[in-house]
Amino acid sequence: MRNLPDVSSSKPASVNGVAGQDLRHESAHKHVSGEAIYIDDMAAPANTLHAYVGLSQIARGKLLSMDLDKVRSAPGVVDVLTLDDVPGHKDIGPVFPGDPLMVDDQVEFWGQVLFAVAATSYEAARKAARLAVVEYEAQAADLTIEQGLENNSFVRPSHTQKRGDTATALKSAAHTLSGEMQIGGQEQMYLESQASLCVPQEDGGMLVYTSTQNPSEGQKLVAEVLDIPLSLVTVDMRRMGGGFGGKETNANQWACLAALLARKTGRAVKIRLARADDMSATGKRHHFLARYEVGFDEEGRLLALDMDLSGGCGISPDLSDAIVDRAMFHSDNAYFLPTAHIKGHRVKTNTVSNTAFRGFGGPQGMVAIENIMDNIARVVGRDPLEVRKLNFYTDEGDRNTTHYGQTIEQHIVEPLVARLEQTSDYQQRRREITAFNRNNKVLKKGIALTPVKFGISFTVQHLNQAGALIHIYTDGSIQLNHGGTEMGQGLFTKVAQIVASELQVDINTVLCTSTRTDKVPNTSPTAASSGTDLNGMAARDAVCKIKQRMVAFAAGHFSVAEEDVQFANNRVTCGDHDMSFAEFAQLTYMNRVSLSATGYYRTPKIHYDRESASGRPFFYYAYGAAVSEVLIDTLTGEYKLTRADLCQDVGQSINPVIDIGQVEGAFIQGMGWLTTEELVWGKDGRLQTVNPASYKIPAIGDTPTEFNVELLPDSPNVEATIFHSKAVGEPPLMLGISVWSALRDAVASLDDYRRSPSLDTPATPERVLKACMEIRKGATS
Amino acid sequence: MVRFLLNNKEHTLVDIDPNTSVLDYLREGLGRVGTKEGCASGDCGACTVVLGQLAGDDIQYSAINSCITPIGNLHGKQLITVEDLKTDQGLHPAQQAMVDCHGSQCGFCTPGFVMSMFAYRKTNDTPERETIIEALGGNLCRCTGYRPIIDAAVQMYDPATEDQFSGTEGTTVKALRSISESTTPVELSGAGRHYYAPTSAAELSALLTAHPQAMLVAGGTDLSLEITQFLREIDTLIYTGRVEELLQIHETADTIEIGAAVSYNDCKTLLCNEYPDLHELIERLGSRQIRNQGTLGGNVGNASPIGDMPPVLIALNAQLVLRSSAGSRTLPIQDYFLSYKVTAQQPGEFIQSIIVPRAKADYTFRAYKVSKRLEDDISAILGVFHLKIDQGVVIDASVAFGGMAEIPKHAELCEQALMNQPWNQATIDQAMAALGNDFTPIDDFRASATYRKQVSQNLLQRLFFETDGSAQQVRVTQYA
Repeated sequence: MRNLPDVSSSKPASVNGVAGQDLRHESAHKHVSGEAIYIDDMAAPANTLHAYVGLSQIARGKLLSMDLDKVRSAPGVVDVLTLDDVPGHKDIGPVFPGDPLMVDDQVEFWGQVLFAVAATSYEAARKAARLAVVEYEAQAADLTIEQGLENNSFVRPSHTQKRGDTATALKSAAHTLSGEMQIGGQEQMYLESQASLCVPQEDGGMLVYTSTQNPSEGQKLVAEVLDIPLSLVTVDMRRMGGGFGGKETNANQWACLAALLARKTGRAVKIRLARADDMSATGKRHHFLARYEVGFDEEGRLLALDMDLSGGCGISPDLSDAIVDRAMFHSDNAYFLPTAHIKGHRVKTNTVSNTAFRGFGGPQGMVAIENIMDNIARVVGRDPLEVRKLNFYTDEGDRNTTHYGQTIEQHIVEPLVARLEQTSDYQQRRREITAFNRNNKVLKKGIALTPVKFGISFTVQHLNQAGALIHIYTDGSIQLNHGGTEMGQGLFTKVAQIVASELQVDINTVLCTSTRTDKVPNTSPTAASSGTDLNGMAARDAVCKIKQRMVAFAAGHFSVAEEDVQFANNRVTCGDHDMSFAEFAQLTYMNRVSLSATGYYRTPKIHYDRESASGRPFFYYAYGAAVSEVLIDTLTGEYKLTRADLCQDVGQSINPVIDIGQVEGAFIQGMGWLTTEELVWGKDGRLQTVNPASYKIPAIGDTPTEFNVELLPDSPNVEATIFHSKAVGEPPLMLGISVWSALRDAVASLDDYRRSPSLDTPATPERVLKACMEIRKGATS
Repeated sequence: MVRFLLNNKEHTLVDIDPNTSVLDYLREGLGRVGTKEGCASGDCGACTVVLGQLAGDDIQYSAINSCITPIGNLHGKQLITVEDLKTDQGLHPAQQAMVDCHGSQCGFCTPGFVMSMFAYRKTNDTPERETIIEALGGNLCRCTGYRPIIDAAVQMYDPATEDQFSGTEGTTVKALRSISESTTPVELSGAGRHYYAPTSAAELSALLTAHPQAMLVAGGTDLSLEITQFLREIDTLIYTGRVEELLQIHETADTIEIGAAVSYNDCKTLLCNEYPDLHELIERLGSRQIRNQGTLGGNVGNASPIGDMPPVLIALNAQLVLRSSAGSRTLPIQDYFLSYKVTAQQPGEFIQSIIVPRAKADYTFRAYKVSKRLEDDISAILGVFHLKIDQGVVIDASVAFGGMAEIPKHAELCEQALMNQPWNQATIDQAMAALGNDFTPIDDFRASATYRKQVSQNLLQRLFFETDGSAQQVRVTQYA
């Protein structure tokens, strides 16, 4: 550069958008104006083809023949792809094999990809894909967890976590209870369906634009199916229209198919799944069957828990090993289990392979123990909140280690729940509700306070690492890149705030660019709530490297101590010298200081030994609690959430409004999982709820009229996380459990709270009515 | 030829496949990619755009789902998309409020929300939570939990300044009027398929005679799914929304006659004034976008066993006016539905209007919808009760259900069990038992047969509780 850009030397009195400040989402103005570009909105290269897939129409069977002549001769069709055309790997299982890119000769679920077709338009490709003539020989299919268990059909071996002698403790307990609960799955229902655009490059390479939470895995799998080195594949991901875990591994298949067709035709190829096909052919939250026996004392104190958590995994391992593990890790929630025997089973069924969804098994383990808490309370005749409080982990009396051996070091749940009990006026409302229920014959109210303790870290240790790349240009503007992906959660905003904070410059000087595997390599998925924890630290490492170079240079240049080089209010002072950050950047450049750096971070302290089922799998825990109040109609089972009070521990928030947004959104999503979101499969194994007409996520009227949401104040993370913040993506989803528990409370009122109603999830109006009728049948008054 | 305003510029369509949706035309034909496809079935609202239509000297703005609107339906209307809201002066108040209230996260649903909010702001003087929810019930957001969006819908009124569309409304009215005054037939041909938009019942009859296989587009909110979900090609579409006779509402002392092409939104007030209990039902029928396009005629003619209005019309003993080139005839609506999706409508016939009797003194009317989600969901069970109780005795009973059989129909055994009986719990018990023999419902993903049967009976119990004088609330939807 011969000439440097003109820069201002103005002296602002403050700095905008640094960590801790409320700041709008970096793309907010583009979202509202329609200028935010998603994969299907991109200006595609000339002659781009549109790919679509043919899906199996049988749950399980041998593929006898597949006649694609009509597909090939359909209007607009350019090429067809079958498994035989794949030069490299034919299985795209992310951890273990089991996910064939396309069916070879064995169909394992309804909606499995048989072939792909490329045509000149989206419509032509979709229509052609329906013209295949396929013959199957149907085989018996396991569609339910019970069938899979009965047939000993698992995708991975079972795992056990054990503490103490559960059997003996159960025998000597004053009370025991046993039972089972069905926990439904959940469709991610990201508003933007799966989409990829692949553009062939020189040297046999491929540029892949794909809506994915995991660019590096997409890069690896595209390279493997094409049989080329990873260095020839670049994945670019600017933003997703929602992910929620559904694009952690499930984005890969579509990118691979488009890449193969792009290679085969030499043209750019775009693929985008229509909603019904997206819902049929991609994985969901695991449904679970929980079977338990619990022992407790007269007051409701847990003595022993023996629980089998069986996750319905679908046809392949995908991420199920870690998901069922996480269910087991959260089967204690916030409660001390003196003795425990927790078994996790990965049950194979002939349904689409279930995958990541916000919470990753944690919610299923947690709702299982919360079910037990409510049940215990009815036996001992106490308010469920009292029983919950009685069982919290505390630092007194050796009640501070989990059943997998991790010590709870920061006891937040007790004070947080105490605070929420006060702010939500729980006790007064409990009395009012009891009175209301006595005086109303049809409508009944229910209230519940449930806590959340959620472990933060990938339980697969090597994923807990991240990289970043930062450039400072000679006008003082900053480009930031890191391995995390933006799916709406505000990650790009928060990481940019972290960089702005370190340099004390305005946020609008920091541009976070699309996640690209050629900028930051070998990245982990943006998952496990880890985005800011990992990438924020990596970005901080990068910016601190540059800052340190700048400081060292300035100390020498101005003959001042390094401590006297100060960054504040968009300016840098070096002793008596004071200049704008841009002027300072130019000065360092002119003196040949590198203004670019990579950053790296790996989470300390964590380990887990699977053999002994013990260790410290989590760097720390994030806490929260919610009080929900519901109104139910005991004639139809219809209900309404009338008020919710939430309190979430996010440590020291980097951006409170973004954190509040995560908390509220997660709560409503968690409520949807447990209430109206019902996945229904036919006896033929075909998913019947494949669009928003039949699968009902919460709508705007489901948001409670009174909705009080608070971030727990003055509670910095005791661990050295980025600015002592805590992860927020997943934990508040489980606050939704309070809605389900409140529904049970309302039903329990029908027998004066003497018995605990069974209420499998999702608690649709039909299930609520069934619970009402069952509890009324045995009512003594 | 189809002529419409794209914001304020006139667009003319001649050679285009009439099966093309407004959404696909925007995204693929015009490169306006701000409007998103979330489901292509009118259930998520990501594709929401706003139509401006002439209403006297004003423009009436309404949000619609562009994914299920055939392109030809744009004729004579102003199409406003998210790209049109931002000006050189900055964001539209609806957009700015969404930014300021943090109403977007992933942003994919946001353009649709912004358009629904824009339409709301153009049609409501002040924001109220209840009407905001009614207006935004057809827009799904998977990220935010909606609270900040509700806040934004309130905040966009501060300041309540006029937007750029108010400034140009006079020009828009003139332009739309000039299109509507043109006598050039409104039709499209492309890809071997045709679209006609006749303006009179006679023309419509002639077209139906000439094209016996043609499909009528009323609101098109269900028909379009044939194209977007089942990938069918419909060779001939005839739009009823410009047929003068089908757009009329006639009120007499005893009846309200509603043209088959009148949208729900345009007949809602009238129907609700007559039968206040319809208020909840109509607000829970589809979404605002659907109600802006969907018609009473379409709901009846579609003959779905789970349509919401047919049981109402059956219970009220409404009449249908069916017309063809041979003339017109009047049919009690319960005689229209024969078996699953089979009706008494003859080839060449179409529904011209629906004659709804006016509310009679001393009658009790209730319409109960039960669905998995309260808003924008298809009924699992819909029960309608129309009774006259005189001095504690039921002297007239008309009960009809949807979702309980292959057609919507009267619950005759239940009606018999009620007739001439005292209005008390014993009668209700007997009528509930009788109702159990009226229907043999099915299991599906919305509800089991057991639930349908139980709830249909319980709705009768609800009716009794609502009319037993205790004034105790028994519906979660109405509890305050």
